[in-house]
Amino acid sequence: MKRKVLLSSKQLELTLDRLCHQLIENHDNFKDTVIIGLQPRGVYLARRLHKKLNSLLKNTKIPYGEVDTTFYRDDFRSKGHPIAPQSMNMDFVTIENKNVVLVDDVLHTGRTIRAGLDALLDFGRPKKVELLVLIDRRFSRHLPIQPDYVGKKIDTIVSQNVKAEWKEADGSDGVWLIMND
Amino acid sequence: MKTALSVKHLIGIKDLSAPDIELIFSTADNFKSVINRPIKKVPSLRDVTIANIFFENSTRTRISFELAERRLSADVLNFSASSSSVKKGETLIDTVNNILAMKVDMVVMRHSSTGACKFLTDNIDAVVVNAGDGTHEHPTQALLDAFSIREKHGKVKGMKVAIIGDILHSRVALSNIFCLQTLGAEVMVCGPPTLIPKYISSLGVKVEYNLMKALEWCDVANMLRIQLERQDIKYFPSTREYTMQYGLTKQRLDSLKKKITVMHPGPINRGVEITSDVADSAQSIILDQVENGVAVRMAVLYLLAAKQPEE
Repeated sequence: MKRKVLLSSKQLELTLDRLCHQLIENHDNFKDTVIIGLQPRGVYLARRLHKKLNSLLKNTKIPYGEVDTTFYRDDFRSKGHPIAPQSMNMDFVTIENKNVVLVDDVLHTGRTIRAGLDALLDFGRPKKVELLVLIDRRFSRHLPIQPDYVGKKIDTIVSQNVKAEWKEADGSDGVWLIMND
Repeated sequence: MKTALSVKHLIGIKDLSAPDIELIFSTADNFKSVINRPIKKVPSLRDVTIANIFFENSTRTRISFELAERRLSADVLNFSASSSSVKKGETLIDTVNNILAMKVDMVVMRHSSTGACKFLTDNIDAVVVNAGDGTHEHPTQALLDAFSIREKHGKVKGMKVAIIGDILHSRVALSNIFCLQTLGAEVMVCGPPTLIPKYISSLGVKVEYNLMKALEWCDVANMLRIQLERQDIKYFPSTREYTMQYGLTKQRLDSLKKKITVMHPGPINRGVEITSDVADSAQSIILDQVENGVAVRMAVLYLLAAKQPEE
């Protein structure tokens, strides 16, 4: 199993900075915007972005939540074993009529995002939903889903995996292409 | 982390390991947050059809299962023996196979005969969940009882739980004993000697015939109903005398040094095994048990539905 660096820890930091500034460009002071990370792996990215945005925009508190897609997946019976659910964290007041930025680490087939949208809509009717991903694996979509903000676009084949690693979960930052041969 | 149960069907707690029960609890935690949202429903089992087959009366368990199934978006079929061809002499396997022929994936069954669910799993293809069989087991009740203890006290391990009342006829008692012991709790049974099975101490439970001694020992008292419908002979002189000896009253509860938690699996016979002021007191978690029942049953159905029967 070979690993290749897609984003080093330094590059990842730059990318996160850029994504934050893009978000500020479109959402100004985040008055009607909430950030929602997708469990299990998107939440690390979402927490980082949320922290960065809060320090860039002093005096604003951006609502933040986490959504688990497990119960909304379409493949849970085909895998032969149940998928372990993660916690939902939607304690802030409402997404009703808000702009939602949905955050996930890697966009591949788009099925997780589809499930994430369904899970999200069970909490209310947002005004608009945007998608932010760190890595967009191009040409591998099963559903018509495209991101609004992208950290890096890459071309991969099905047998390859992309893994974003985070200091708080895996010990170090970085994005890897994993080749299963 | 473990993500699948070690069993294909839920027939009894006896078949479950401690990690199985922990998995059910952690999944139930997630479902509890789902049923406390404005939209209390998830689409997980939208392609699953579940038949609730009740050969014995039940309100709480049937409604709880049905609600759990609907909140998982499953299609639900209700069947009760009193309004069916069972009265015309159809056998259990024929009845169930006819239902399965209509493409039903899971069966939740309550039956008055001990072992009916086990018998079913040997003869049909669908996933079977036991909702109470005779005087054998009532696994989901025990799971929700232990889940409620865990919620109230933060743990089950090391807790002292007294099961008080009609132990002889109670499937809730047996399932509770297995479940609590698997999770590391200490269990005592208490009741009139005629209603305590002769060899129950071989299960490793303490036996006590004096209510006050049991109450003083325990952290949690699980009060069981006297199952008059199962008693073909007199086990005690009168319900009044039973109440005098084994009824949980406010006076008895207040005379204890510590505040114990009071549970009851329902239906309550107010004024017999427990008085109204105890059942409605702050120490009682009876209604929490009912709420947790839906979450725990959702977890069980979710975990069992993920397994394909042919595997």
